[in-house]
Amino acid sequence: MAEDVLKSGNLPENPERATLEGRNKFMGFWFFLGGETVLFASLFGTYLALRNSSVDGPTGEEIFGLGLVFLMTVILLTSSLTSVYAMYHMKNNDFKKMQLWLGITVLLGFAFLGLEIYEFVHYVNDYGFGFTTSAFSTAFYSLVGFHGAHVAFGLVWIISLMIRNHKRGLNLYNAPKFYIASLYWHFIDVVWVFIFTVVYLMGKVG
Amino acid sequence: MSTTAEKKAGFGSVLWDYLTTVDHKKIAILYLVAGLFFFILGGLQAMLIRIQLIAPDNEFISAQFYNEVLTMHGTTMIFLAAMPLIFALMNAVLPLQIGARDVAFPFINSLGFWLFFFGGIFLNISWFAGGAPDVGWTAYAPLSLFSESHGVDYYSIGLQITGFGTLMGGINFIVTVVNMRAPGMTYMRMPLFTWTSFIASVLILFAFPALTVGLFLLTFDRLFGGNFFDPEMGGNVIIWEHLFWIFGHPEVYILILPAFGVFSEIIPTFSKKRLFGYSSMVFATILIAFLGFMVWAHHMFTVGLGPIANSIFAVATMAIAVPTGIKIFNWLFTMWGGSIRLTSPMVMALGFIPTFTIGGMTGVMLASAAADFQYHDTYFVVAHFHYVIVGGTVLGIFAGIIYWWPKMFGTMLNEKLNHWFFWLFFIGFHLTFFFQHFLGLMGMPRRYWKFLPDQGLDLFNLISTIGAFGMAIGTIIFLINVVMTQMKGEKVSGDPWDARTLEWAIPSPPPFYNFKQEPLVRGLDALWVEKMQGNGKIQPAEPLGDIHMPNRSFVPFVISLGLFIAGFGVMYQGAMWILAAIGFGTTAGAMLYRSVKDDIGYHVHKEELEEEGDGSNG
Repeated sequence: MAEDVLKSGNLPENPERATLEGRNKFMGFWFFLGGETVLFASLFGTYLALRNSSVDGPTGEEIFGLGLVFLMTVILLTSSLTSVYAMYHMKNNDFKKMQLWLGITVLLGFAFLGLEIYEFVHYVNDYGFGFTTSAFSTAFYSLVGFHGAHVAFGLVWIISLMIRNHKRGLNLYNAPKFYIASLYWHFIDVVWVFIFTVVYLMGKVG
Repeated sequence: MSTTAEKKAGFGSVLWDYLTTVDHKKIAILYLVAGLFFFILGGLQAMLIRIQLIAPDNEFISAQFYNEVLTMHGTTMIFLAAMPLIFALMNAVLPLQIGARDVAFPFINSLGFWLFFFGGIFLNISWFAGGAPDVGWTAYAPLSLFSESHGVDYYSIGLQITGFGTLMGGINFIVTVVNMRAPGMTYMRMPLFTWTSFIASVLILFAFPALTVGLFLLTFDRLFGGNFFDPEMGGNVIIWEHLFWIFGHPEVYILILPAFGVFSEIIPTFSKKRLFGYSSMVFATILIAFLGFMVWAHHMFTVGLGPIANSIFAVATMAIAVPTGIKIFNWLFTMWGGSIRLTSPMVMALGFIPTFTIGGMTGVMLASAAADFQYHDTYFVVAHFHYVIVGGTVLGIFAGIIYWWPKMFGTMLNEKLNHWFFWLFFIGFHLTFFFQHFLGLMGMPRRYWKFLPDQGLDLFNLISTIGAFGMAIGTIIFLINVVMTQMKGEKVSGDPWDARTLEWAIPSPPPFYNFKQEPLVRGLDALWVEKMQGNGKIQPAEPLGDIHMPNRSFVPFVISLGLFIAGFGVMYQGAMWILAAIGFGTTAGAMLYRSVKDDIGYHVHKEELEEEGDGSNG
């Protein structure tokens, strides 16, 4: 019966793929991430074409500080690890531990987002490096800003899932939802690895 | 288009039914009606263009209005007519052809339609708000930055909303094909229309995000002071061209592949033979899609990418002629020795093959980079892409609509009027565009408002306009046919064409759950296998049981409406930011509601199903 998917307890080994709806979500989300890859590839291509077009504005080498970016990278990569722990506990049907690790993931996500906002404010106030300063600045804020917006969306998503389900626990209906939210979180992380390399490292030394 | 029972239910409840439906068959009808509406709109714009060019030095419409009409003709026909009409056919047929009860994501299917619809309406509101976009459907920078009215902003935001819908539709069909096939429906038993729609969906998935980014960049530059395309600030106008054509070239294959699929269904049915070279057809489809992603720069030969880049893209483009040629010969060999019935869809297929071959041939001519410097931006290009898009996609869409009309509505369009439609449209089409090849070779540039007298351009332009009227009259006959058929409402059987594939094994129109019992597929052309080797009925793969169905929902409409409202706020800014807040708030709230509210669907019970017939077309 339809309502069976809402019963918690005694879930199968891979609850995210135990129902047809779950399998559809799982697969559809992977394809969606394929489309997102093209989206970010287009933004990266644009950035690469414009990264030396700073005209009279500051260049990347002048403003980027690898210390802060390194910290952001560590935080986001760690949050990916904690979301893996959360999924590990989901597969073991341990809802409380899953919520705990998701909570840590969310906290790390907020820390990352806070540092990114600090970074942007710093650029604007201390270097006069705004969205309209040069083609380079527009490309930089678009690429990194798109990533930041993805992080913010992911946070709202995971938090709303945690709140919605905190009383009733895991079932076959919400397991796929948790799972694809964590997939999304990994994707954000992978994109950041490329941003770290292409934007910041290449900006400093390339 | 509603049944008698629904008519009794009253207009309000029918409207609510369609606003909230998640049934792929009803969404197909929504796509069909909206697509035909925009097709007529784009057609009227085409008529204005041709009347303006009927004679040299004509002053029928002003230059500014001509630019707007020309831009909106292209944009409307590609994004708001051809795409939704293809989605109409995919929605109506694809789930039935693989034996599924619905698509993988019925909710997202509905969301995709409403996003497309509101995006299209948004774009067309520009007519009444200070002027439509006037920079050509390709909206090349920096021209698009200098256009003064809000037209280009309507273009970028409207297409953005529409594009989200298309992307969702694409993902939906991919997952439907991968996960929802009936028992026995292996990949290599899928009908060709399903195959080509599947591959077109993959193209949508990987092509549309490039357009999304391009449109974001354009919006940022025009509305938020960005510098992507402003050379003075270090920007680069060629970035737009790359992003646009990385999307734009796969887009033409998104348009043509489903049309190939339609003809690959029609030709075997009316030749009474299985499709010749089925596996090579599948392979050719995949190859076309693959190559389609690495030829975009052939739109940019005159930009100055250099001889090496131009040569590589030229050779890659010419290579596409090979798989396309395979398809042409396979269709011819399917007819070879068959017992051919000249029904209107079949006649349209016969008209399509030579027309598309001409368009393909001029395509190879254009692919030659050196020669393209002569053809570029002339009427030769206009003639070429109308030969493939009208002669291929539009003929395919109308052949598909006529062929599957009985399945969608349970009635049959009048064959006599279908033939009249085809011949007027077809002859009109060749009159319109054949002579444009020569106009182009004589040097007439595309998109020009006027041409001068006594340059040898007068006669061909006159013939071209006369031909356009032939196409218009043909289309009117088709519409009259639709109205007359639905007024009469004569019901036909589930399999009026004596066809071969699974969708014809169930009643017309199908019950909302499609298949009472999951069908068992025993070979390619599943129904034909049963007609030849069985009792003519598809065998069930499961005992009669409860059927799980999705709930209807109004949320997709609200999500799309929110983005529609927000678009105005983002565009006009100032005090209008409040609209953006309301719009984005509505969308976000509706998405959150969707996320937290359980929607597990419902069951149609076995006892109710037993009272109805056996679910076959008999």
